[in-house]
Amino acid sequence: MSTKQGKQTYTNDRKVYIRETAAIVGPREKEGPLGEYFDEVQNEDFDEKSWERAEAKFTSATFHKLMGKIELKSEDIDCILAGDLMNQCMSSSIGLRDSGVPYLGLFGACSTIAEGMVTGSLLINSGGMDNVVCMASSNFCSAEKTFRMPVEQGGQRPPTAQWTVSGAAGLLLSSNPGGPLITSVTVGKITDFNITDANNMGAAMAPAAADTIIAHLTDLGLAPDYYDAIITGDLGLTGSGVLREIMDLHGFNLYDEKKECFKHQDCGAMIFDPIKQKTHSGGSGCGCIASVFASYFYKQLLYGNLKRILVVGTGALMSPISVKQSESISGIAHAVAIEAQ
Amino acid sequence: MSNHLNKLDEKKYAEIADKYSKKSSLLKDCTMAFVFGGIICIVAQLFNDLLMSQKSMEIFGNITEENGKALTVMFMVFLGVLLTALNVYDEIGNIAGAGTIVPITGFANSITSPAMEYKSEGFILGVGSQIFQVAGPVILYGTTASVIAGFIYYLIK
Repeated sequence: MSTKQGKQTYTNDRKVYIRETAAIVGPREKEGPLGEYFDEVQNEDFDEKSWERAEAKFTSATFHKLMGKIELKSEDIDCILAGDLMNQCMSSSIGLRDSGVPYLGLFGACSTIAEGMVTGSLLINSGGMDNVVCMASSNFCSAEKTFRMPVEQGGQRPPTAQWTVSGAAGLLLSSNPGGPLITSVTVGKITDFNITDANNMGAAMAPAAADTIIAHLTDLGLAPDYYDAIITGDLGLTGSGVLREIMDLHGFNLYDEKKECFKHQDCGAMIFDPIKQKTHSGGSGCGCIASVFASYFYKQLLYGNLKRILVVGTGALMSPISVKQSESISGIAHAVAIEAQ
Repeated sequence: MSNHLNKLDEKKYAEIADKYSKKSSLLKDCTMAFVFGGIICIVAQLFNDLLMSQKSMEIFGNITEENGKALTVMFMVFLGVLLTALNVYDEIGNIAGAGTIVPITGFANSITSPAMEYKSEGFILGVGSQIFQVAGPVILYGTTASVIAGFIYYLIK
């Protein structure tokens, strides 16, 4: 069973391990500073005739990669929790339709992998499920087509814009020992400070991240120092600055005096080199935190470089229609506390 | 709304967000637009001069000034389509901004790019229905404005 702590946080009484991970990314991600950590690199079109099919292939290939790394068969998986940014989560449903595993589709925008970890660890703590796979994917070209302009349209991006990560990642959550442990999860609230610029997602999502991090720390009575790193999904360079300032404003300093650097790290700001790769504010998309956590941070936990981390998936809950109807962009963030074994 | 973020309201948040949101450099953007827009115009002018030259008249016969202009426009549209199809136009556009959007090559790009993008949905539901996704508003309101202007001109003439 999970035990509720405070208002939004649940600690796991039944242990949930992240037994294995897999991540496949595109060439731009491979050329980035974290390139060496990913399992495999594939072209954005993955030899398919549409961007959507390519993204679905990223998902299915990642699932097979994950299954290939562990001794389990697909019959042993109780459930897949997966989602993406395409209409009605089409990449996940097309990519996983041949898996033969019970499936629950998720939509949490770019926070999907965190939503999957939250849901997965609650499901395992129900006592009914033992092995749950969480997956998320995004593709630069399919996201451009859905949310912005055709890929070949010659527009210019403002400095706050982010680049959707092409990639998919999968995590195996299991009640059987092995790998880092999920100790608690915090379900975030929809947070909206009336940002309407679809080219400034970092600013739209930063309040949600701050709200969830503060909720998590308050519910468990912790200070930011408790964690070696607090990792957000895809706030980018713009959103990271905003998050640090509003956390500070509310009395939670994310600066680590001892190491003389920020305790807060952002996958969107880390995955690309903004100057060399001209990626403006950084990476975004479901595949961003999913692939960076599944590769770089997971390995840091395995090698013991990080002991306790808080992973905060951030998502902008918008649709192409809501943007055209001038709705403000709501943010969401879910937090997962993970400890190395 | 958010009881954890009780020291923030929308106004205060907008100020903080604005502080970290880097702005485009107006001077750089305008310079790039001027340079690239200028280059496109020079290419068109060179083509037009070539077309109207003595040599070209010897090969193609007499080309009127009006036909020469029409042929130049067609050549520029062709160039825009070609560079879009070769995946080059968007790379230039990323640097040039309005410099490559405003000239007719940009119009060609705005029609070719959805045509390429939506081919995966077939020629009717994809290319056919989406080809004016970007250029549609320009065509609709441009045509309407010209009709209205023409009508007013007719009345006051």
